[in-house]
Amino acid sequence: MAQTVTLGTSPEGPRPSYMYKVVLLGSMSVGKSSLAYRYVKSDFRELLPTVGCSFFTQILNLEEATVKFEIWDTAGQEKYQSVCHLYYRDAHAALLVYDIANKQTFSRAKLWLEELEKKFLPDEIVIALVGNKTDLAAEREVTTEEGEDFARTKGLLFMETSAKSNHQVNDLFMAIVQELLRREKEKASKPSPHGKVTVDLRASSTSTGCCRS
Amino acid sequence: MAADVHKKKSWEVPNGSLAPGDGQHTERSESPTPGLAQGTEPGMEHSSPRREARGGKSSSSCGLGPPQPCGRGRWAHSSPAGPAPTGCCGMGRGGRSPLHPSPSMGDTRTDAAWPVVPGAGQEGAMFVHTRSYEDLTSPEDGAAAARSPEERRGEPAEQSSMEQISKDFSELSTQLTGMALDLEEEMRPGKEGKLEPSPQTARRDSVLSGKEEEDVTMDAWRLHRKHVFVLSEAGKPVYSRYGSEEALSSTMGVMMALVSFLEAEKNAIRSIHADGYKVVFVRRSPLVLVAVARTRQSEQEIAHELLYIYYQILSLLTWTQLNHIFQQKQNYDLRRLLAGSERITDNLLDLMAHDPSFLMGAVRCLPLAASVRDAVSSSLQQAKAKSLVFSILLSGNQLVSLVRKKDQFLHPIDLHLLFNLISSSSSFREGEAWTPICLPKFNSSGFFHAHISYLEQEMDLCLLLVSTDREDFFTVSDCKRRFQERLRRRGVQHALQEALRTPFYSVAQVGIPDLRHFIYKSKSSGLFTSPEIEAPYVQEEEKERLLGLYQYLHSRAHNSSRPLKNIYFTGPRENLLAWVTNAFELYVCYSPLGTKAGAINAVNKLMKWIRKEEDRLFILTPQTY
Ligand SMILES: Nc1nc2c(ncn2[C@@H]2O[C@H](COP(=O)(O)OP(=O)(O)OP(=O)(O)O)[C@@H](O)[C@H]2O)c(=O)[nH]1
Ligand SMILES: [Mg+2]
Repeated sequence: MAQTVTLGTSPEGPRPSYMYKVVLLGSMSVGKSSLAYRYVKSDFRELLPTVGCSFFTQILNLEEATVKFEIWDTAGQEKYQSVCHLYYRDAHAALLVYDIANKQTFSRAKLWLEELEKKFLPDEIVIALVGNKTDLAAEREVTTEEGEDFARTKGLLFMETSAKSNHQVNDLFMAIVQELLRREKEKASKPSPHGKVTVDLRASSTSTGCCRS
Repeated sequence: MAADVHKKKSWEVPNGSLAPGDGQHTERSESPTPGLAQGTEPGMEHSSPRREARGGKSSSSCGLGPPQPCGRGRWAHSSPAGPAPTGCCGMGRGGRSPLHPSPSMGDTRTDAAWPVVPGAGQEGAMFVHTRSYEDLTSPEDGAAAARSPEERRGEPAEQSSMEQISKDFSELSTQLTGMALDLEEEMRPGKEGKLEPSPQTARRDSVLSGKEEEDVTMDAWRLHRKHVFVLSEAGKPVYSRYGSEEALSSTMGVMMALVSFLEAEKNAIRSIHADGYKVVFVRRSPLVLVAVARTRQSEQEIAHELLYIYYQILSLLTWTQLNHIFQQKQNYDLRRLLAGSERITDNLLDLMAHDPSFLMGAVRCLPLAASVRDAVSSSLQQAKAKSLVFSILLSGNQLVSLVRKKDQFLHPIDLHLLFNLISSSSSFREGEAWTPICLPKFNSSGFFHAHISYLEQEMDLCLLLVSTDREDFFTVSDCKRRFQERLRRRGVQHALQEALRTPFYSVAQVGIPDLRHFIYKSKSSGLFTSPEIEAPYVQEEEKERLLGLYQYLHSRAHNSSRPLKNIYFTGPRENLLAWVTNAFELYVCYSPLGTKAGAINAVNKLMKWIRKEEDRLFILTPQTY
């Protein structure tokens, strides 16, 4: 990824700035795009299946840091599976999304995890398991406990959301950023061979379109 | 997706058709709009005053000059007093309403209606009609000389099997028309038997797709004007336009039986005409495409549409991958891979029923002042990157600007597929899309990666950047930013916005009272222009009827055995004229009150008007990087 990752300070002051690549993975129709749309545009609308992948950016001004999210919302369709590695490569965080009203999508999320475990070391990536469409409680096929238990055994973050009724979508992304920042601190306290991932936000305002600053 | 061969430079693939087909690159690059290429005839581009003014070589004299009705052949016409054909298919049966098409295509036609078109009814009394697939469409496919229908006639296998075929067919047609109730029963269990949908097929059921699943046992299902089915050679359903493929499996079975029965050679087109239906089969191994149509289109046109569907599938999978899959596993269920893309195919079929682009094999431009278009094109041209092959700006289904890599040409069919992809997926409105895409006429064996985004939320302007490098997202994304910045700096955004407000022009601008509508295609550029369809073609059926008339004229003009250069056609509702030369094609619709002399006169005026407006209606100065 030809990203200019330079050490810099945010325009607002001495707070550090970070750029994180977040990828959404999961079966078709589980609501990946709806989650991204809800988060980036604070809205919900009927979306059509994603073709290939959609890219969004979102800038968060937190007390401790400025964070720029690069969100890669992938298509769940099987024909795009073979290019998915392009989209998740070098990701800092991955959301494995399933539909709580469709058990098969939960199994698919588990398969995604297996694939990621092959490509990443545990401390390289933050993975969250996301059960979406909690508003469809009556049709639920995957219990909260099932999701929770699986996430716990695998050491994943876990959240149930509804893009439609705006349930915990923001919390989900906040949990991820908190985890990323926590790991950042951890790394800083230990001498690390990699150094910090920071980005000069002024220099990388390349993909505005959908930024909300 | 095993066939991602993006790394291979497409133009190095041995059979990759770069400039689709016939190796006329040089002629093309001199043509007014070489960004698009169609089967161009060397030196036949229309001479544009503007090109001459810019010091371009003045091209051949055969151009937009006044038409000479007798110059290139006789005008085929029917006298208003005679047994005038009243519609597209009303040939030889005067008085039949065009809205109620002749149900029997096997009629022997009386030549009286078309005095200058002897032998027009070459389909004669044939029910099964073989046509070599090659004489259908594009230059690439059309290279093989069209055989005359006489030569194709009477292949012994078919003659002897006629009875069996009619029997099979009546079975099929009763299924479709709903006469056979027992068959209806037979279909039911398929529908009720609880299907366990895989997560892939579940999509169509669980999601508001704008197209509710239809119960195939319902009358409405049978009444659709055109059913389209795609199946694999092993008989597995791949796509069905209406209703689920599962429930249709018995119909598919009959079709497969027919196909294998009719099948003699690969890539053949067969059709059956009976009972108000035409059933057209196109086999493009490993797929078989079938249309069951009650429209008045010719079998060639229907086959042409089926080919579009085939190319549409290739654009998602590539030819290489499609073949690989079926070589590995003959009875593979392709719906797995196509899941989620049904709407793209649905949309293409709907589009083809309304948009003359497909019939013309050409692309329409957004009317735009030449200075604005030039500024847009230069901005696009400057925002280049190494891996970019095409930069395309479009609005609705109209082209605003196209910049290409030198010596690379985009085929109109590929562009139509891109238009269709964009119009069938609103998801491009959000964020920036980055997706593998195959342009089958350019190179059917590999994927490009396309960056697709809208320029502004509220503006209908979509930018498509086609790259050879799938790793190049950020570079290509930056091209978009640079393009927008240049547009802003040149200050053309406002003018562009204005132009988007009136994406179509009215035929009234031409100033010819009897003129209702026209289509003018410049062959060398692969571009056409056409005004908005206005009264009396207001209702959807009326619009489709007009397009049907053009389709008819087109098929008459391009009839492989007896092409007509000039056609004049009078009917109770409108008069029509077609004029086809090596340089252009013109189809005109007049009110029924005018005379033939008046119509020819109007063509003169119309051609002058088009010439005067051509730098607004066409892209005359295309750019390369
Ligand atoms: N009830 C409910 N429906 C939702 C929710 N989120 C998404 N949907 C619906 O589920 C369908 C699929 O949503 P998308 O966001 O397009 O799903 P996706 O995962 O991006 O699908 P692909 O792009 O095809 O992989 C749409 O009809 C959404 O409206 C939710 O939280 N609750
Ligand atoms: Mg999506």
